Amino acid sequence: MELFNSESKKIINDPINVNNPISLQVLGICSALAVTIRLDQAIIMTLAVIFVLCSSNVILSLIRDYIPSRVRIVIMLSVIASLVSVVDELLQAYLYDMSKQLSVFVGLIITNCIIMGRAEAFALKNGPSKAFLDGLGNGLGYGMIIIIVSFFRELFGAGTITLPDGGAGYVLFSIPEAWYAAGYENIGLLVLSPGAFFILGLVIWTQREIFGIEEGE
Amino acid sequence: MGGFEDYLSIFTKAVFIENIVLAYFLGLCSFLAISKSIDASVGIGMAVVVVLTITAPINWFIYEFLLAKGALVWLNYLPYGLSLNYDFSNTDLSFLKLIVFISVIAAMVQLVEMFMERFSQSLYNSLGIFLPLIAVNCSILGGSLFMVEREYNVTETMVYGFGSGVGFFLAIVALASVRYRLRYSNIPPRLRGVGMAMLLTGLLSMAFMAFSGIDL
Repeated sequence: MELFNSESKKIINDPINVNNPISLQVLGICSALAVTIRLDQAIIMTLAVIFVLCSSNVILSLIRDYIPSRVRIVIMLSVIASLVSVVDELLQAYLYDMSKQLSVFVGLIITNCIIMGRAEAFALKNGPSKAFLDGLGNGLGYGMIIIIVSFFRELFGAGTITLPDGGAGYVLFSIPEAWYAAGYENIGLLVLSPGAFFILGLVIWTQREIFGIEEGE
Repeated sequence: MGGFEDYLSIFTKAVFIENIVLAYFLGLCSFLAISKSIDASVGIGMAVVVVLTITAPINWFIYEFLLAKGALVWLNYLPYGLSLNYDFSNTDLSFLKLIVFISVIAAMVQLVEMFMERFSQSLYNSLGIFLPLIAVNCSILGGSLFMVEREYNVTETMVYGFGSGVGFFLAIVALASVRYRLRYSNIPPRLRGVGMAMLLTGLLSMAFMAFSGIDL
């Protein structure tokens, strides 16, 4: 299989657009909201999820012929839990400040339904290279949504844009003092938890308007 | 440490102020999927209360006596003959906590399900189908991880687990009732379903934030 023929493009593109794991399949919302207070947290979380998702997809796809279907959930859980432990230890070793800020939410990648869902729905039925692309696509789809949400929460809630670096984060942009002097105020609600729900709700609505998807209820 | 007021304060915090769904975003997947029906919401709410109250203290014992730094020190005091000739006071297995906690939770969910099926058929019929779902519910694993991070003792852990479960129960039943009332209202078609549920959860979460004024 060539790396960039139309099929593999579709595997990567679909989960970013028309089949997005968060806004359209409604998976993995749990961890998505808690890490969106600041942009740098969202970026690190996205990288962690992409790493776990791609590796778990590839590993499970390599051993898919040897997994008895009755015990597959346990095997999937243990592969994912080991990978997440690796990410957790790496973050504690190299990005200690970040791992303190993300606290339990790195561990909660285990119960992120996207990872179990992709393993069950895709990796156990396809070869490793396709499974890798599927993991990458879904990870990017997840990342796109949480980066959008965290961008708005940080910009309008705290008035800054922070990128990740080795320590406490590099402030790329902050709203100038003159604006505050002229009467501009940050929307404090966005930093609190209700703000995350509102913004994600609006993002989901926007994305469904763009792709014209309706949910029958 | 201890005292009744302490436990009451942990319980109130876990239910209202630091509600596990509305303030920490845990367990949202099942929260959104199941709140379409009130009956099912009551069912999964009760199942979460039971499983959280059981798994949090069990994980506490495993963490305190097997995994934490220096937890294996009791191995140094084994009777002569069993002694392992190794100093365990610096052994730190806490990196295993994720794998161990998730396995304990999966096993406990299975056990609770079997126990219910054997001793209370009616309870099993109403809660049984929700139990397997709960094994991968983030709120259960989150409860265990928070208990480690906040260094609760065993009674506090039990109270905290129970309180978080009650908080989840309250939140999901409240959302299900609101969604029930909205069934015939004219929501923009693309906002129906999850989009609207998110906005409603935001409003609920704002309402619960009013409790944070309580001084404990």
